Amino acid sequence: MTTFMLSDTTAGRISAQFMHLRHQMGAPAIGMVLTLVVVCEERHQYDALRAATEAAREHPSRIIVVIKREDDEPIRLDAELRIGESTPGEVVVLRLYGELVDHADSVVSPLLLPDTPVVVWWPGAAPEVPSKDSIGALAQRRITDAKGLDEGGIQSLVTRAKGYARGDTDLSWARLTPWRSLLAAAFDQPVGQVREGVVESSKGHPSAPLLASWLSERLGAPIEVADSAGPGLTSVRLSLDGGELSICRTDARLATLSRPGQPDRNVALARRHTSELLAEELRRLDSDEVYEAAVKHFARTYKG
Amino acid sequence: MTDPAAPAEEAATVATSAAGTSTTMEVLAANPLRDPRDKRLPRVAGPCVMVLFGVTGDLAKRKLLPAIYDLGNRGLLPPGFSLVGFARRDWKDQDFAQLTHDAVKAHARTPFREEVWKQLREGIHFVPGEFNDDGAFDALAMALNEIDETRGTGGNYAFYLSVPPKFFPVVVEQLKRTGLSDAPEGSWRRVVIEKPFGHDLRSAHELNEITTSAFPESSIFRIDHYLGKETVQNIMALRFANNLYEPIWNRSFVDHVQITMAEDIGIGGRAGYYDGIGAARDVIQNHLLQLLALVAMEDPTSFDASALRREKEKVLKAVRLPADLGLNTARGQYLAGWQGGEKVVGYLQEDGISSASTTETYAAIKLEIANRRWAGVPFYLRTGKRLGRRVTEVAVVFQRAPHLPFSADDTEILGHNALVIRVQPDEGITVRFGSKVPGTAMEVRDVSMDFAYGESFLESSPEAYERLLLDVMIGDPPLFPHQREVELSWKILDPIEEFWATQGQPEGYESGSWGPESADAMMARDGRVWRRL
Repeated sequence: MTTFMLSDTTAGRISAQFMHLRHQMGAPAIGMVLTLVVVCEERHQYDALRAATEAAREHPSRIIVVIKREDDEPIRLDAELRIGESTPGEVVVLRLYGELVDHADSVVSPLLLPDTPVVVWWPGAAPEVPSKDSIGALAQRRITDAKGLDEGGIQSLVTRAKGYARGDTDLSWARLTPWRSLLAAAFDQPVGQVREGVVESSKGHPSAPLLASWLSERLGAPIEVADSAGPGLTSVRLSLDGGELSICRTDARLATLSRPGQPDRNVALARRHTSELLAEELRRLDSDEVYEAAVKHFARTYKG
Repeated sequence: MTDPAAPAEEAATVATSAAGTSTTMEVLAANPLRDPRDKRLPRVAGPCVMVLFGVTGDLAKRKLLPAIYDLGNRGLLPPGFSLVGFARRDWKDQDFAQLTHDAVKAHARTPFREEVWKQLREGIHFVPGEFNDDGAFDALAMALNEIDETRGTGGNYAFYLSVPPKFFPVVVEQLKRTGLSDAPEGSWRRVVIEKPFGHDLRSAHELNEITTSAFPESSIFRIDHYLGKETVQNIMALRFANNLYEPIWNRSFVDHVQITMAEDIGIGGRAGYYDGIGAARDVIQNHLLQLLALVAMEDPTSFDASALRREKEKVLKAVRLPADLGLNTARGQYLAGWQGGEKVVGYLQEDGISSASTTETYAAIKLEIANRRWAGVPFYLRTGKRLGRRVTEVAVVFQRAPHLPFSADDTEILGHNALVIRVQPDEGITVRFGSKVPGTAMEVRDVSMDFAYGESFLESSPEAYERLLLDVMIGDPPLFPHQREVELSWKILDPIEEFWATQGQPEGYESGSWGPESADAMMARDGRVWRRL
């Protein structure tokens, strides 16, 4: 891997340096399918970049990390370019100082790959309306993460619903895919009318109310959210006319599926790494209408 | 022997397959948690049991068992999924589980995860016995019944016959006798068979009689693992999702097409199977003719099984053999030599091969397709063992530009434009075209433009068997050849085999080379050359 530092630079010089590095290595920028912009704080940088590079193994990308530093310093742009073995694509970490902090799009926009999709990911704090954000507006897909906030994760979903635009998604929705897939598989055999249900998770886990909203909307039954010891989501219990259908997972790896009149079965249901969630997000870049319905249903019923 | 394309049978098959899909559709419609817009939810099979005959075989260990684990790891196996092994071994469940465990550890594509293994392990059962032992099959039927009770698999069974075809009659007869082939209302029974589907039209037909005596055509899944490969499916995306290639995909622009499957290995331990079968029956009849069908067919009305198979059948029916088989086919047998730095023996010196064997290890044939799109465009098919390199590809070679406004010197080394679909290894697409050599002189030379699956969709492409096993469990048949396609392929190949049978010993070619001289001469007569691979 080649790392190259540029201090007090411009987007033009970064582009030129990329081209220079590629020519030196004899590897042209072929096969990159999208640009992933990661907007985060310095403290999130390592984990976010790691997840993004791993996701890039499935979706070779140019990854642009935007870190907004102190805005009371003189205007400066520092860049760190990485190209080579561990990453199939290219990585540039941008650090913005001074007034430039408010004009990050002017740096990002010339660095986007031409004529391919752009995805923005905020691993932590995100703008209220991602699609109106100056960087968010450059992207087809805008990924937030309610769980990435230090507090108020569940409340932030209400904000997401209010400011929703096509192409918005949240990683707390992607975390649910294995659960939803298993629930859908359980419903492939007719189960009859669901009367009520409960989703249990560790306290303040934003995925739980989303799952409850999705179930409630699809099944037309009230679904409560309750706290448990965790980790993450621990169970879904749905009461049916003839008993209870439930999925319980206490060790974050193996779940038990129970349904009336049938033996209990163990199903692998491991919690997934951020890189896997991100790879799932990048697999389809059209807008996720089912997420839209679920998050809006949640916002309508939220009584925080 | 009935005509494989008899309309009555066709109508019946279409009706049953339509009935099959409609029940699946109803289930989906009845499930409030499914939504066609919900693209995150994967296609997951319903509860079922996979019964594997021939668990100790190479295919089971290297491909099938690891593929089942990989499906589980991707969350695509239904809760309660059970795997039953049947073999002539004095084994208990745990012995089969151990074999599966070892096979998964050695060959699975996804990382080993304890919880996935635990889920799979709970559903693993083993039934010992011989194929002609009634008691063993009664035990199998009882075991399956019990699995339905304890695992909730609802009487849905897929029988995978990973055994030599000579055992098909007895296994199918046993399944029929024990009633395992009859699906009760609301459940399904499917049978999966592997190539070879016979060794000529007649035997393919007989084999089919045996399977259809117990299972309806819509429940028979013939695996040609090539069709499960991403690149092969991508042929359809390339042709029908783009506007760039279809306008030139015809006789006005295409000069000829070369379809190649080259192997660098010899016959290895397959002497018993290979001798008397040969390269053409082993590879051309199934893989290469299927590739030809996908490359040459018209656009199907949709990608469901009946529409797709209809187009493939149409083009296979339009295939014409050359009038003079002697001049337009070639066959060879590898001699001792050096392959990739190793000294190797010739075919006749391999263990278990008679020194007078006339089996070919290299076959090349020229075919034409008698329709408006392809008339006059030759399709050259070749396959061989112990060639220089392992490569499978389809090369569509275009005509030269009608007029070159350059001097003859400038374009001296300019070849034909070509679009190459690389099936394996290094899956991808190459486009070859002329480009100016940098410098002050106007010199034009061939360059390649590459699309590699490995770069753009690195780890997402599943192994062919994963896709096919999932399709069997879901009941989705487009990627499986229909019996009519099998019989049409034999109709193409049978006259060639009959001709070759009169020609004595195949021409020898040195191991590690690119085949016999007669193959090159066959191309030279048409003013063409094989692509150097």
